[in-house]
Amino acid sequence: MQSRKLLPALGLLVLFMLPVLPVPEFWITQLNYIGMFALVALGLVLLTGVGGLTSFGQAAFVGVGAYTTALLSTRYGISPWLALFAGLACTVLIALLLAWLTLRMSGHYLPLATIAWALSLNYLIANTEFLGKYDGILGLPALNLFGLSLQDGRALYYLVWIFALAGAWGVKNLLDSRPGRAIRALNGGTVMAEAMGVSTFRYKVVIFVIAAMLASVSGWLFAHFQRTVNPSPFALKMGIEYLFMAVVGGVGTVWGAFVGSGVLKILEDQLKELLPRLLGSNGNFEVIVLGVLLVLMLKYAPKGLWPFFQGLTARWLPARRRAHDWDGAAPLPARDKPEPGELLLEVDKVRKQFGGLVAVNDVSFKIRAGEIIGLIGPNGAGKSTTFNLVSGVLSLTSGKVNFRGLPVGGLNSRRIAERGMSRTFQHVKMIADMTVLENVALGGYLRSSSGTLRAMLRLDRAEERCLFAEAEKQLQRIGMQGQMHELAGNLALGPQRLMEIARALCTDPALLLLDEPAAGLRHKEKQALAEVLRQLKAEGLSILLVEHDMEFVMGLTDRIVVMEFGTKLIEGTPEEVQASPEVRAAYLGTEH
Amino acid sequence: MDFSIASILMLDGVTNGAIYALLALATVLVFAVTRVIFIPQGEFVAFGALTMAGLQLGQTPLTVHFLIAMGALVALMDLAAGWRAGQALPRAAAAALKSAAPALLIGLLALWAAPQKLPLVLQALLTLAIVTPMGGLVYRLAYQSLADASVLVLLIVSVGVHFALTGLGLVFFGAEGSRNPSFWDASFNAGPLMLSGQTLIIILASIALILMLWLFFERSLYGKALRATAVNRLGARLMGISSTAAGRLSFTMAAFIGALSGLLISPTTTIFYDSGFLIGLKGFVAAVFAGLSSYPGAALGAVLVGLLESFSSFWASAFKEVIVFTSILPVLLWRSLRDPHTEEH
Repeated sequence: MQSRKLLPALGLLVLFMLPVLPVPEFWITQLNYIGMFALVALGLVLLTGVGGLTSFGQAAFVGVGAYTTALLSTRYGISPWLALFAGLACTVLIALLLAWLTLRMSGHYLPLATIAWALSLNYLIANTEFLGKYDGILGLPALNLFGLSLQDGRALYYLVWIFALAGAWGVKNLLDSRPGRAIRALNGGTVMAEAMGVSTFRYKVVIFVIAAMLASVSGWLFAHFQRTVNPSPFALKMGIEYLFMAVVGGVGTVWGAFVGSGVLKILEDQLKELLPRLLGSNGNFEVIVLGVLLVLMLKYAPKGLWPFFQGLTARWLPARRRAHDWDGAAPLPARDKPEPGELLLEVDKVRKQFGGLVAVNDVSFKIRAGEIIGLIGPNGAGKSTTFNLVSGVLSLTSGKVNFRGLPVGGLNSRRIAERGMSRTFQHVKMIADMTVLENVALGGYLRSSSGTLRAMLRLDRAEERCLFAEAEKQLQRIGMQGQMHELAGNLALGPQRLMEIARALCTDPALLLLDEPAAGLRHKEKQALAEVLRQLKAEGLSILLVEHDMEFVMGLTDRIVVMEFGTKLIEGTPEEVQASPEVRAAYLGTEH
Repeated sequence: MDFSIASILMLDGVTNGAIYALLALATVLVFAVTRVIFIPQGEFVAFGALTMAGLQLGQTPLTVHFLIAMGALVALMDLAAGWRAGQALPRAAAAALKSAAPALLIGLLALWAAPQKLPLVLQALLTLAIVTPMGGLVYRLAYQSLADASVLVLLIVSVGVHFALTGLGLVFFGAEGSRNPSFWDASFNAGPLMLSGQTLIIILASIALILMLWLFFERSLYGKALRATAVNRLGARLMGISSTAAGRLSFTMAAFIGALSGLLISPTTTIFYDSGFLIGLKGFVAAVFAGLSSYPGAALGAVLVGLLESFSSFWASAFKEVIVFTSILPVLLWRSLRDPHTEEH
């Protein structure tokens, strides 16, 4: 516990003492560059490592920041501090445009668009008289802070590292927050996050803009450090190197950005010295080694250096548990519940066609508040498709779905989640590197409101406590509070399914849709789950359940809908269904 | 602008567009089969053009040594993989030799043939023979063990390979550019247009290759196997189609197309060790026109890119690259409006 607080404090002290110690100018300059690069790499950690999107155009955003301040401070005599905000404004506009164009499509269109954008910007600068063409803009003023000149590299050092560490602090805070959990859900696909009410498009845009802004700040620092700007440090090659830094350091970790920038900057300088001497001629030979290293890194250490170090030191510095600080937190707002017996869900002739195949053929059924309805049928009967139609994951070909008296057919799953329907998935969808508690807390997304900025400034702690209190309550409800600090990816399949149920409960649903909740559970666990579901029913919750385990379904449900070949075969109480010759025929075949 | 200038620009655009079309097809081919966004495609263009230039001077281009070195490395890797999988040594050695044999044989042949001052056509064939096997070798070295990684990881690998190959290009060919002699010096007059033999060769070769690719994918079992891999890797594997072989084949074809493009384009413009990147990226823009999936769409997109480039170089020559690369943005907009819900992970 002691060393955990001592080490970072010591590191911070050394970092801030360095310029006053007799450290050679060369290393101060190196550290200035490392701090500036780390700011850019930090953005890529958020964008690529956490969000699963990639940009090769970060160097171009650095260029936007640098050129804006260069232009404003030399030509128009505007204070660099104002120019910082002007640069950020330009960056945000460009980033929003690129995001709007590409982020609705598959993940690989963003990197392609950023390659094109980086090339375009570079050629534009290099050919525009106004921006000084290849020579750039010379004679930028040094920064001033409260009358203190930051002309000296040792003075600017403090500014660079304050910005870099503030960036790291902000990103770290963001990752451990309500919007952060939504962002971390992006990487595994968008279906689950949308079903929890998260607008995945919005968060993709948010992280792209944040990454661009971090790059822009770095460009502003860079311009006033060099006191001159020209196109080459903002070229595509540099954009690729930024990505490289993030990958080398550990693309999913905040401190990896710093390790990566440090390693790359120092390595590149050494190679630039060494290789031309080895090869006997001049040229950018370091890119060969960097390229090969990048491929080898992805192959043998895809997580990067920082997680590797963490793995080595895990014995002495085990991962810290989240402090349990949410006792007595206020409950999250709850929605008004339907009266028992009220018509909750009305599915009217829903139909889904995939090309010529009719997967669901005009299926209708109703659910009243407080009922547990089972949806059964042989494999391929269209149960999961019906499920996806009701929850908005798939779009209807025709038919109507009414939920609490309002039509929800045609709405996407996010809007349906807002209305109080929550679901689990046949194949568990979770964030493997988050704890069980955090995964469940994602379910509380729609019941909380802290935004990205609040989260980065850590103003969201009160609400976070409420979220975790709610998440713990739901975990207790299904008997999983003992495992709440474990990583979700380390759980066995059964507990993972239970965790999904807790997450769905955390949304405070009026109707719970469970897709094969008992699959992978042992006998005792099934009994326990049935008990939990009965208890939920007693509390007024309604449940629609797709399940193969007949004992489980028959003992639990009020009514059962049987499907075969996409159509509804019959609907009735468990006894009626068990007695039905048609159901037997569907499951076991008929004699001819 | 009068008609004669317009028609000259058109011809210029179509000629370049034909080259971009070839590269766009290669990009689509590689992406469809392996999900790799193959940024280093352009490096093969430079390798092709500059290897040919080396042969022209009667030198042995360093690409030959590179080919042999890669072949040897692949043999070693295969040997190590076989040994780790517990294969008997002779069997592992035979397998390793088999995968490296074409590279090694061609390399040795080229070592002998390079200083012989062969006729132009034989030099061109030798160049193709040297560069083409590099595709499969690059796949083996960089991509094969990551074949199931996400599109994003493969894209970053591509960038690493691009870095390495560009740097090596500088080592092999130096910083000076080269321009090769035309394959056909004839010229024809058609109204205001002067059609050079080289232009004709470029256009005809592109059309021929596009037709051949079409036949390959539509009519041959091998082509259908590649398409099956593109649709569903696991399914194809269950049908006995090796996704590794499919990957190697598609990369080999990409290298062939790249080298051929290099040969075709080098008589019309000076090629430097890093010129391939921009040429390849324009093929890329064309492929994005087609959503990285349609071959005719990619060819059409390529001609549009070529025309856009030639007309913008007339009106605003300094901003020609800006215009070409910015044109990808409206294309992306159009694609995202047309097809908003594509989601892949």
